[in-house]
Amino acid sequence: MPDNDQDLPGAHVELKDIGKSFGGTRALEGVTLTITRGSIHALVGENGAGKSTLGKIIAGAHAPDDGQILLAGEPVRFRSPRDAINAGVNLIAQELSIMGSLTVEQNVFLGVEPSQAGFQSRRELRRRYNELAASVGFELDGGGNAGALRTADKQKVEILRALCRNAELIVMDEPTAALSRPDVDALHTVIRQLAGNGTTVVLVSHFLGEVLELADEVTILRDGRLVQTVPAAGQTEESLMAAMLGRSLDATFPPKRPVAADARTVLSVRDLVAPGVNGVSFDLRAGEILGLAGLVGAGRTEVARAVYRANRVKSGSVTVSVDGRTGPRQVTVAGSPRTAMREGIQMIPESRKDQGLLLGRPVRENVSLSTLPQVSRFGLVQRGPERRTVRDMLSRVDARGGGQSDPASALSGGNQQKLLFARSLLSDPTVLIADEPTRGVDVGAKRAIYELLTTLTADGLGILLISSDVEEILGLAHRVLVMRGGRVVTELTSDNATEATILGAAFGAKERGAS
Amino acid sequence: MTQPQAAPPAPEKPEQPGEPGSAARKPALPGGFGLPQAGFLGRARQGGIVYPFIVLFLVLTIWKGSLFADRTNLLEILDQQASYLIIAAAGTMVMIAGGIDLSVGATYALCQVIATKMAETGNPVLAIAVGVLVGVGVGAVNGVIATFFRINSLIATLAMSFVITGVASLVTSGNLIIAYSALGFANFARTEFLDVTTAAWTMIGVVLIFGLVLSRTIAGRYMYAAGSNAEAARLAGVRVQWIRLVTFAISGGAAGLGGIIDASRVLSASSSNGGTALTFTVLAGIVVGGTSILGGSGAIWRTFMGVLFIAIIGNGFTLLAWNPLYEQITLGVILLLAVGGDAWSRLRTA
Repeated sequence: MPDNDQDLPGAHVELKDIGKSFGGTRALEGVTLTITRGSIHALVGENGAGKSTLGKIIAGAHAPDDGQILLAGEPVRFRSPRDAINAGVNLIAQELSIMGSLTVEQNVFLGVEPSQAGFQSRRELRRRYNELAASVGFELDGGGNAGALRTADKQKVEILRALCRNAELIVMDEPTAALSRPDVDALHTVIRQLAGNGTTVVLVSHFLGEVLELADEVTILRDGRLVQTVPAAGQTEESLMAAMLGRSLDATFPPKRPVAADARTVLSVRDLVAPGVNGVSFDLRAGEILGLAGLVGAGRTEVARAVYRANRVKSGSVTVSVDGRTGPRQVTVAGSPRTAMREGIQMIPESRKDQGLLLGRPVRENVSLSTLPQVSRFGLVQRGPERRTVRDMLSRVDARGGGQSDPASALSGGNQQKLLFARSLLSDPTVLIADEPTRGVDVGAKRAIYELLTTLTADGLGILLISSDVEEILGLAHRVLVMRGGRVVTELTSDNATEATILGAAFGAKERGAS
Repeated sequence: MTQPQAAPPAPEKPEQPGEPGSAARKPALPGGFGLPQAGFLGRARQGGIVYPFIVLFLVLTIWKGSLFADRTNLLEILDQQASYLIIAAAGTMVMIAGGIDLSVGATYALCQVIATKMAETGNPVLAIAVGVLVGVGVGAVNGVIATFFRINSLIATLAMSFVITGVASLVTSGNLIIAYSALGFANFARTEFLDVTTAAWTMIGVVLIFGLVLSRTIAGRYMYAAGSNAEAARLAGVRVQWIRLVTFAISGGAAGLGGIIDASRVLSASSSNGGTALTFTVLAGIVVGGTSILGGSGAIWRTFMGVLFIAIIGNGFTLLAWNPLYEQITLGVILLLAVGGDAWSRLRTA
């Protein structure tokens, strides 16, 4: 199908006046844009700015309502992703589409398997796979089970899949969001290599550092409209952010509130052993933000889930001191999240969509879920008090957009996250565990969440903060525990915690030092 | 957003606790977020079963008004559908909480043979109570298998339905159980109050209570939560397994009650009553009403209309003296439309 001269410089894709609505919401409006062949073109903007939608339109996963797409000068209208693939356009979506029960090579050649008289030729498949993998320098066993791969390797499978379909244009939606640092570096190398070979890459990303590092050109979107398309050279994170927000961002993190010298210990964890956790002990004081840093897979989330009793705990103890009224009391590690909640622990889970929200249910039900007895009499939910309670809490966490009766799925990522904060805070916890509270939310919402976390410490809440964003940990936490292999390897205070010391400890002394 | 007296989010006043219509209004959040609820599609999705129901009702009224829109005919439909409506209302809870109960037809038969056998000689009240309790027990077993043993509820209840039917056959030794002399037992379904049979009254009471439980109580909220996202519900402190078990127990009890009502009407019972025909008619009613087979959304009133919709189609076929063979085909097509429409609108709003 692709019969154009590969080396032809100039426009690969031209978008003219593209518009797109979802229901009553205008997602894109009058976007006009040219993407140069063989370039890396980044789309940036806040959540809800329309960058993912635009990426999907380019890749044929969404059809635009208005406007025109020219591919190599020819107007095209993709009716399905298959149409797009035939035209050499591939999408690697944020949610990877890997068939877990198939092998790597079967995944890569899915739908285009080499076959003879209708039968698949395994040997030919293996040969073609090895050839393809070698051409881009991936070391990935073709016979392995794709479901068992790490996320970074699954990304590679997707890329190989695109390449074996002769993709000339690959749209990548947040390819590094779920990756740890070394995998990010590896993927960046791959992306550069693709562009070097003449493949056009459209990169949708939240990470401005990544965008500046990789992209040739950057298109900034705001509220569904194009702000500007500029060469990446000469831009800085600050200039991009200012263009995205339409206002300049000065101090990103609110000032830390010092922990009172006599603040009591609200949570003490001793010798915790659980899946992925090999004997972890720490204390958390009232009004303190304790950061848990480490690489993906180091056991941070596992600690959180064990403390919250979402995972089964083998041994160790978790003690919550409630308000001084009852004094410290020993708590067994048995139980369920329900038990942990009763002790005064609340957790905002890592994945708001899979573990946090009831996406199809109204905002109100999502917020009041954990504390229904407070607004009920004789088991009957009292609508008035419930609505008032939810409204007050939503305004306290500054959640906007949508009424209480709208489904949670209608809110932006940042506001969805705030719903989870609202739910947790309604139970008036002593300890709050926030696992990646700003993942996948836009810059504005990030700031609001930072403010919120800081404000909460003023009320004496102890916060355990897990984040893959080292800057976030540095900017918010009073103390940092760095984890590796299910253990706490280092404790750092505000004074000696730097990106270098954290990453050094996270990677381990023997491996490379700081980033 | 340009309301006359906008300004600060009005304090205290606008809440009217317990007012049913108030859920539809948009309260109290700054900055509206235009939802895709506008337009015909959105409204059709919200209303769902209501429009086809009204259309069918009007068509039959105009066409065969003297027979169809007749008080006796309508009351008879209500009376005959009593058991289906009770079982379907309970099945709605099961489905909303994320399960499915394929054993209701078998439980229906088991409970009716036990109750009828007891009523033959003994106290009818005791017979009815025992029959319903057996249903609750069977449902609880279903629940335990489907939750704590982690066997998919579709398979678990399918397997259980064979077991239950077998037990029912053992109880009857394959014979029809007859209790023509147990007039006290007959009173349970046949007594008329204000021209409406006690079967229909019982159904109305049960359906209202189930509706209240689902839409207004904490337990109801937990059912929606469990079916909407089980892991999120668990992390929010909901005992997902427990709440699902409860829905199965309710479903079993409702199947028992339905079976007993129908046995009381004819004063006989058989282990071959109910069965898969009942199970699938009930499921069809739930799905046509608009409750999602994936769990997490739906309502009792929808099921109520769904079951009656199917019943009215049957009634229409009878009144128009059409070949009842086509009734089956019609029902199948409607079911496909209902499920297809649900999937399609989900796709559009996703």
